[in-house]
Amino acid sequence: MTAIAWQRRRAAAGATWREFASQRGGLVGLVGLAVITLLALLAPWVTDASGLDVTRVTARPWEPPSSTYWLGTDHNGRSVLLLTWWGTRISLVVGLAATVLSVLIGTVVGIAAAHFGGWVSAVLMRFTDFFLVLPSLVLAIALSTVLPRGLGTIVLAIGVTAWPATARLVRAQTLAVEARPFIERARALGGGHGHVIGRHVLPAVLPLVFVNTTLTVASAIVAESTLSFLGLGDPTRVSWGSLLHAANMHGAVSQRAWWFLVPPGLGVVCVVLAFTLCGRALETVLNPRLKGER
Amino acid sequence: MIRHLAGKVGGALVSLLFVVALGFLLFRVIPGDPVVAMTRGRPVTGDQLAELRARLGVDKPLTEQFVDYLAAAVRGDFGTSYVYSRPVLELIGERLWPTVLLTGTSTVLAVVIGLWLGIRGAWRRGSRSDRISTGLALAQWAMPTFWLGMLLSLATGDLFPSGGMRYPDTPPDFLSQSLDVAHHMVLPCLTMIAVVYAQYLLVMRSSLLEEMHADYLTTARAKGLRDDLVRRRHAVPNALLPTVTLVFLHLGLVVSGAITVETVFSWPGLGLLTYEALTGPDLPLLQGTFVVLAGAVITMNVFADLLYRVLDPRVRAS
Repeated sequence: MTAIAWQRRRAAAGATWREFASQRGGLVGLVGLAVITLLALLAPWVTDASGLDVTRVTARPWEPPSSTYWLGTDHNGRSVLLLTWWGTRISLVVGLAATVLSVLIGTVVGIAAAHFGGWVSAVLMRFTDFFLVLPSLVLAIALSTVLPRGLGTIVLAIGVTAWPATARLVRAQTLAVEARPFIERARALGGGHGHVIGRHVLPAVLPLVFVNTTLTVASAIVAESTLSFLGLGDPTRVSWGSLLHAANMHGAVSQRAWWFLVPPGLGVVCVVLAFTLCGRALETVLNPRLKGER
Repeated sequence: MIRHLAGKVGGALVSLLFVVALGFLLFRVIPGDPVVAMTRGRPVTGDQLAELRARLGVDKPLTEQFVDYLAAAVRGDFGTSYVYSRPVLELIGERLWPTVLLTGTSTVLAVVIGLWLGIRGAWRRGSRSDRISTGLALAQWAMPTFWLGMLLSLATGDLFPSGGMRYPDTPPDFLSQSLDVAHHMVLPCLTMIAVVYAQYLLVMRSSLLEEMHADYLTTARAKGLRDDLVRRRHAVPNALLPTVTLVFLHLGLVVSGAITVETVFSWPGLGLLTYEALTGPDLPLLQGTFVVLAGAVITMNVFADLLYRVLDPRVRAS
């Protein structure tokens, strides 16, 4: 790669960043994400993980917020603040892993459907449309019920149900790129499938995929909390969804234990909102048609 | 038109067949031998196991089982629930109408509220009320449905019943029964509306924004039409078209909303039945609700496509 090309790339990246930074919503989302990620990463160092162990609790169950337990305690007498803090880790990890899986499937299916055309495309699109219509939570519930409980299962269940929207988007973008003359030129010069896809299609599709990823993380995190709320999560780990599951099972509503209900849900809302704001801002930067409309 | 209709219905039938086949894969192939799961922890002899396998029909090869399963599914026979010991289809039939009542009422209300707010927001884009309603919609969209339900239930205290569909001691006449059901339905309905309307608001708003700079609106204004007439007669009908498709495409959202809301409020519908089936796990029952819920969404999508052709003269002509 020549120096000029790198300089151009740096300039383009700078312009994108400046445009992104000019949108308040996007910046708020980005800062929020940075703070939440930092908190999640720091949890093992800043807090004492032994407080998560139900056999070593010292407080009474259902204690309202006080100066020692800022957010009160749960039905076992564990600190809700600590639980919510540690829940961030699982919610983020599952959300991100499931998104990577779903975006990977979606991108491969989308590019293949657009690039190869013919019966490959027909079969793949039929398949995609089928999964697009299928209610994803119902399928995710079915998958996580029949597979052994665990983080891997929940990631798989969300990943294989969330990809069709990405596939459609990537297919449309690939079709648009492949209609342009430079692809024909690359083919005429002897470029094979690998060359055309790897050097021309992927770089053009990736920005869009990236925006889509940001928006998919948001729905993956909601999906994780929903599945865990229904009791399909990893029973050995604390996530926001599993906390709300415990709250529902042990009657937090009838106990009027708002301090156990509010924090985990608020966590989901904050993370999802942050990802959505970032995604919408990125979308505006990369799609000139939306400029000034949001 | 007839050809298009036949194509769509044919496609939907293929999708339904896919759903039924997926049901077989999910609940018969992946979990392995159901007899092992059913007899876990109980002393059983080899003969008893063989007899149970023969009774459930799982001693035959998979392909033969699949054919049997397909034939039974076509007749509407989805087996017997492990937990209730009753035919799955009978249970589903009992639970169907509470779900239809709940999702129907909340979808209609959510569509009306969402479209109205979306139109207002787009027409006065950037105004304070637009910013507030869009922000609120985004925040509500980010909320897990069940969490909002629990919060509402916590906040209203004893004002509304915390679960179920009717009190056992309500007089049996029609009026008191309907009032009782309506009383029980307030919270679940509010929860579903709050989460679903945001989607419709955002779609309607962006769809109307796409139309805002169209030339025909300038023409309409140049004719001297009043602002609200321009909006009502020209902009909104055109913007409604993409919204209709999206409303139907998001029916999956309504279904997932029903599952979590019914779980929180113990509303005796298909969603709660799904939850009961997954806690068992009661695989035949879960298989039944899976096929019915997925099938319902596929069927509704065919209706959406037909409705779209009725509404949009351009599609009708082509």
